[in-house]
Amino acid sequence: MKAPRFAYRRAATLAEALDMLAGEGPGAVPLAGGQSLLATLNMRLSTPTLLVDIGDLDELVGIALERDVVRIGAMTRHAHVLESAVIRQHAPLVAEAIGHVGHVAIRNRGTFGGSLAYADPAAELPACTVALAGTVVVASRAGRREVPAERFFKGLFETDLAPGELIVEIRLPAHKPDRTWAFLEFARRHGDFAIVGLAAQATLADARIVDARLVYLGCVDRPKLARAAARALAGRTLPLDETAWIEPALAEDLDPPETPGCSAATKRQLAAVLTRRAVAAWHDRMPR
Amino acid sequence: MTPRDPEAGFTVEIDCTVNGVRVRRAVPARQHLVDFLRDELELTGSHLGCEHGVCGACSVLLDGVVVRGCLTLAAQAHGKRVDTVEGLSDSGALDALQAAFARHNAAQCGYCTPGMLLTAHELLGAGRPMSRAAIREFMSGNFCRCTGYHAIVDAIAEVLERPSSGS
Amino acid sequence: MSDGAPKDAALREPVGTDAPRREIRRFLRGRGRYVADIVLPRMLHAAFVRSPHAHARIVSIDLAAARAAPGVERVFAGAELAEICAPLHGVALHRPGHKSALQPIMAVERAVWQGQPVVAVVARSRAEAEDAAERVAIEWERLPALVEAAAALAPAAPPIHPELGDNLAFAFEIEAGDADRAFQEAAVVVEQRFDFVRQTPMTLEPRGLIADYDPGSESLTVHHAHQSPFQMQDVFSRHLGLPEHKVRVIAPDVGGGFGMKLNVYGEELAVCAMSKLMGRPVKYLADRLESFVSDSHARDHRVTARMAVSKEGRITAMEVDDLAAVGAYGMPLRFNIAEGMMLITMAGAPYAFPNYRARTRNAYVNTNLIGMYRGVGIPLACVVGEALADLAAERLGIDPVEFRRRNYRRKESLSGATPGGVRLAGTSFDACLETLVRLMKYDELRRTQAEARRRGVYYGIGIATFVEATAYGPPYYGPSEARISTQDGCTVRLEPSGVVRCVTSITDQGQGTLTGLAQIVAATLGLALEDVEMIAGDSAISPYGGGAWASRGMAIGGEAALKAAQALRANILDLAATIAQTAPDRLDLRRGQIVNKDTGAAVISLADVGKIGYFRQDTLPRDFDVQLSATRSFVDNGAMCYMANGVQGSFVEVDPESGFVKCLGQWAVDDCGRVINPMQVTEQVRGGIVQGIGAVLFEECIYDPQGNFVNATMADYLVPMASEMPDIFVEHVETPERSTALGAKGIGEAGLIGAMGAVWVAVNDALKPFGARMTTQPFTPERVLEAIAAARRGTRAGK
Repeated sequence: MKAPRFAYRRAATLAEALDMLAGEGPGAVPLAGGQSLLATLNMRLSTPTLLVDIGDLDELVGIALERDVVRIGAMTRHAHVLESAVIRQHAPLVAEAIGHVGHVAIRNRGTFGGSLAYADPAAELPACTVALAGTVVVASRAGRREVPAERFFKGLFETDLAPGELIVEIRLPAHKPDRTWAFLEFARRHGDFAIVGLAAQATLADARIVDARLVYLGCVDRPKLARAAARALAGRTLPLDETAWIEPALAEDLDPPETPGCSAATKRQLAAVLTRRAVAAWHDRMPR
Repeated sequence: MTPRDPEAGFTVEIDCTVNGVRVRRAVPARQHLVDFLRDELELTGSHLGCEHGVCGACSVLLDGVVVRGCLTLAAQAHGKRVDTVEGLSDSGALDALQAAFARHNAAQCGYCTPGMLLTAHELLGAGRPMSRAAIREFMSGNFCRCTGYHAIVDAIAEVLERPSSGS
Repeated sequence: MSDGAPKDAALREPVGTDAPRREIRRFLRGRGRYVADIVLPRMLHAAFVRSPHAHARIVSIDLAAARAAPGVERVFAGAELAEICAPLHGVALHRPGHKSALQPIMAVERAVWQGQPVVAVVARSRAEAEDAAERVAIEWERLPALVEAAAALAPAAPPIHPELGDNLAFAFEIEAGDADRAFQEAAVVVEQRFDFVRQTPMTLEPRGLIADYDPGSESLTVHHAHQSPFQMQDVFSRHLGLPEHKVRVIAPDVGGGFGMKLNVYGEELAVCAMSKLMGRPVKYLADRLESFVSDSHARDHRVTARMAVSKEGRITAMEVDDLAAVGAYGMPLRFNIAEGMMLITMAGAPYAFPNYRARTRNAYVNTNLIGMYRGVGIPLACVVGEALADLAAERLGIDPVEFRRRNYRRKESLSGATPGGVRLAGTSFDACLETLVRLMKYDELRRTQAEARRRGVYYGIGIATFVEATAYGPPYYGPSEARISTQDGCTVRLEPSGVVRCVTSITDQGQGTLTGLAQIVAATLGLALEDVEMIAGDSAISPYGGGAWASRGMAIGGEAALKAAQALRANILDLAATIAQTAPDRLDLRRGQIVNKDTGAAVISLADVGKIGYFRQDTLPRDFDVQLSATRSFVDNGAMCYMANGVQGSFVEVDPESGFVKCLGQWAVDDCGRVINPMQVTEQVRGGIVQGIGAVLFEECIYDPQGNFVNATMADYLVPMASEMPDIFVEHVETPERSTALGAKGIGEAGLIGAMGAVWVAVNDALKPFGARMTTQPFTPERVLEAIAAARRGTRAGK
C-alpha cells in the first residue's frame, strides 16, 4: 500500500500556500495533519499531483479567547485542544468531545481545520462547531470570507471550500453561564468514528430550557442540526419527566440512509437514546 | 509558476535528527516516515501492520510526541526530531517500561511491542495517576493480537505506580 | 493439582516456573527480525494484481505498459509460472468424496474469488511494483458468483469448477445410538440456529517471504513468515521440481500465526517460481488490504442444532447440522474440511449422552479460501453445546452450573469415546468447574445480577466447558497422505565451556514454546536457564519436524527435548564417571557441576567435562566413545491427540437501549496437563480469550451478493483493542498426560474456544428477561436491538 507518486512543496507562509494551491489547480491538495489524507493516499484512493504542506504555518496555530469568541487556528492540533484551559473553560462542549477523536497518536497530528475540511459525517468537531453556531474563516488568494458552520458542511465529505481555499480559523462563541452542553456518542470501540453522536448545547433559565441546539453526527451525510427536536425541547423543564416525544420529533429531522450493519431505524433509536441522556446530563450539571 | 523539470518536487531534501543523529537525505515525496526509517536508515524496530493508521505498530516520536509513522511523510520530518524504539532503548528512556514488560510477559510475537512502548512512554510522560480503565483507553490505538492486553496494562500500571523501578 | 506422577530430574526447576522469555528482551528493544527486516543483495520486490471480481473469465491480459514502467524487472502472468510450478490440490485422500479443483498458483483462465492473484510485478521497490501493477490491463468477462453455501448446493446451482460436477467439497455424517427415539421421548427439546460468520485471523505482521534462488548452487532458500518450515520445504520442493535437500526454509521472528501462517498460498509459490526464473532474491510482503482478501479465512458455518433433555436435566441426545462455505478451492495440506469435522465431533463432547446425529457439508463458493485458524471448529462446537445446554437449563429452571455438574462425563466413562468418537481419558471437568466457580465468585455474581435486574441493569453470566484435541498425531494426518510431520526433534549439544545449545524443529510465534523447551533441557541437565540457548525455525539445521500448530509445541517438542536432554545427560554422566572413576548412577547434574548424588559434593564441573571430552580425549580410555551431543525425535505413533479441557466464565453487561455489550470480566480454568511455565500458559489463554471475544462481539467478513468483500480495512473489520477488553483471570489444573514422560498437553487454542462459548452464552443470559436470543455472530448493537425488538413483538429473533 505505497502511495502513488505526487509532488510535494512546503509552504513557509499562508500566502505562499495559497499561491501554490492556486497555481497547481485541482490536482493540488493541502497537507495539514495528514491523518485522513495520507491514509487515503496509502490506499491509492486518490491521486493528487501536488501536496502543499502547511505544517510549518505557525500563524495558523493557536487558541485564544478574544472578547466573547474562542479563536482556534486551523492548524491547531487536537492534542493542543485537549490540553487547553481556554477550551475547557470557554468551549466545554469541545473539551468533552475531543477525547473521542481518534487516539493519542492521531490527536498529536490531526488538526481542527483538517477535521472540518475533511467533513466526515461521523466526525466530532464539525458537529461541535455547528452546535456552537461557530464560524469557519476561509482564505484564498482573493481574500478571506466567513462561513457560518451550519452552511459550511454541504454533503458527504463536501464543504463550502472552493479549489484553492484553505480554512484558516474557527471561531466559536464563548461559553456563557446560562448555557449547558453535552457531547455523547455511540462508537463500537473507543476512538472509532461514531455510529451516532450528539453535540448538544442549550440555554437554561433555572431549570427551563430556553432554546437548544442539537447536532447529530453519523446519521446523514453531514452534521445535522435537528430543528424539530430543538423546538420540541424549548420550554420544557428539567428533569424531563416524559421523553416519548423525542423519537417522533427526531424522525422529522433525521432521515438516515440504510447502511449494512446499521439500519436507519437503529440510527434513529440510538439518536433518541443519546438525546435523553444528553438532557439528563444537562440536569445533572445544574447547580443544586 | 515556472514550468519545470518533470522530477521537480517528487524528491524532497530533508534535514532532521533521528535518535539524536543529524540526518540529511533526499527522499521520495511519497515515502512515509516508517519506510524512510526502515529502508534508508535500517531502523527496523518500527513495524508496518496496516499502513492506514489504525494498528499503531508504526508508532514513532516526532518532536517528542507519539505519531503514526505511516501517516507522516518523511518530508514532514524536515527540521524535526524523530525518535524510534532503538534510540529510546539506547538512551535508557524505556528502561522501566521494558523491565516491567519483561516481568509481566507483556509481549508475545513482539510485532506490536515497539508501538506499545512508545505510546506507553507518552502515557507516563503525562505524569498523572491513571486507573486501569484509563490506561486501556490511552493504549486503545495500539492493536495487539497475541496478548489480550492484560499483561500490557499490568506492566504499565506497575511503572505508573513505581516510576523508578528499573531492570 | 496433579495426580501424583513421580517427580524426576525432568520435572525440577526451572520447569514449573514463570521463566521470562529470552526473545522478549530483543523485541522490547526493537531487535525482532521479521521477514520485512531482511535485506539480501540484489533483492527485488513483488506486487500482485488481484482479481477485483469474485468470478470472472480472463479475456486478455496486456502487460506491455507494466513492463515499461520505471523500476520494473519482470511481469508474470499465471500461464508463464504454471510452466515451472505445479498447481495445488487440497484433497484429503482418506476422506471419501472430498474433492477440489486443481488450483493454479496464479489464475490462468478464470478468477474464482475476489483477491485471487492474477499477475505479478517484480521491481526495484514495492512502490514501483505497485505503480506498474496499476498499468496492467486485464479484460474481464464477469460471471455469476455464488457466495452462500446453501445457494451453491442448490440443485440447479452451476458448479464453480465444472470438472467437479457440483459444489459439494465434502460431506460427512455421524450416527450413534438412537437419536430419533431420544428426541421423541425427551421431556425438553431445545433447538437453535447458529450463524457463524466468516472471519480473518488478522495477524499483526502480514504474510511475507523472501525467495532466494541461487542458480550457482541450484538451491532455494526461503525466509518465510510461516509456522512450519518443513511443510514448506516439501511444498516448494515438489511444486518447483527442486530436490528437497536443495530447499531450505527459514522462519525468522514471526509476528503472529494463529494457524493462518500455516496454510499454502499460491502467490507464495509464485514468488519462489519467480526467484527461480530470475536467479535473484524476490521479496513479497502482503500489505493489509491484500491480507484481507488473500489470507486464509475461517469459520463461515450455518448450524442448526438441538438437544434432548430428560426431566431430571440429563442430556439424552444431540443433533447438529452444519453447512459451511469453504471458499473456491480446497486448502492444500491443511484441508478445508477440518472445521466442519471438528464442529460435529466435538459438539457436546464434555457431556455423557449416547445418542447423536450430525452432518457436515462443505460447499465451494466464490470467496477466499478457508484454512486453519485457532480452534478450527472447536470454538463453534463449544458455542453450540453450551448455548443449547443453557437453553435447556433455563427451560427446566436449573442453574447452568448445576446443569453441567449433572451432565459431565464421569471418570468411569472417560475411557470410552463420545458419540462423536472423541476419547476423553485424562480430562478434569469437575475439578475445572469447581475451581472456576470459586475463582469467579459465581454465586455472588448471580446475586449481583438479580439485584441489578431490579434496577433495570442487565448483567449476563456465561459458563462454557470445552474439550480440546491437541497435538494431533500420525493417526490424524497420516491417512490423508498430507506430507505433514507430526513428530518433532531436538538436538542438545554441550559446548566445551559447559553451556548448552539446542536446535529444535518446533517454532515459536510468541507462544513461549522455545523458553519452555529450554526449561526442560535446563532442568534435565541441572543448568541455569540462561545457560541453555535455543535455535529454531531452520529446516536445514534442525532435526526434521512439524513446527507450531494444533497446540503441540510442548507436548511433542517438549517430549523430544526431554528425551534428547536425557540422552545427553546419560552421556555426560558416563564421561564424568569415567574421568572420576566412579559409577554414573552415583552422580547427578546440579548448577553446572557433576556432583555426588547423595552428598551433593562437587565431583567435576561441566566445563571440565566439556574440555576433556572435546580437547583431551588423550586422557580417556581408548575405547571410550565421547558423544556430547544428542538428537531425539518424538511422536506416539498411535496417539490421535492429547485431550485437554477447560472451563471459562464471562461477565457482561448489555445496554438494552443501545444494544451495546460490555465485557466486565473473564475467568478461565485450563487443564493442559503438566504446566512447564505457568506465566506463558496464562498469557496464551488470555490472548486466545480476546480473539474469542472478538469473534462474538466484533469480527465479521462481510461479502455482498456479488462476492465483494466490503469491509476489508482495519477501520471496518473490527478487532478488539485494549479499551473494550476486560481483565482476565486464569488458573491452572494439571492432569498430566499419562502416555508421555513430560505429561504436557496443548494450550494454544483453549482461550479462544472457551471464550467464544462463554461470552456467547453470557450475552444471551443477559437478555433472558427480554426473552431475546442472539443467534448470529457478531453481536452488533443492531443485532442486539433487533433481538429485543423481535422478542417484544412475540416472535423469536431470526437474525
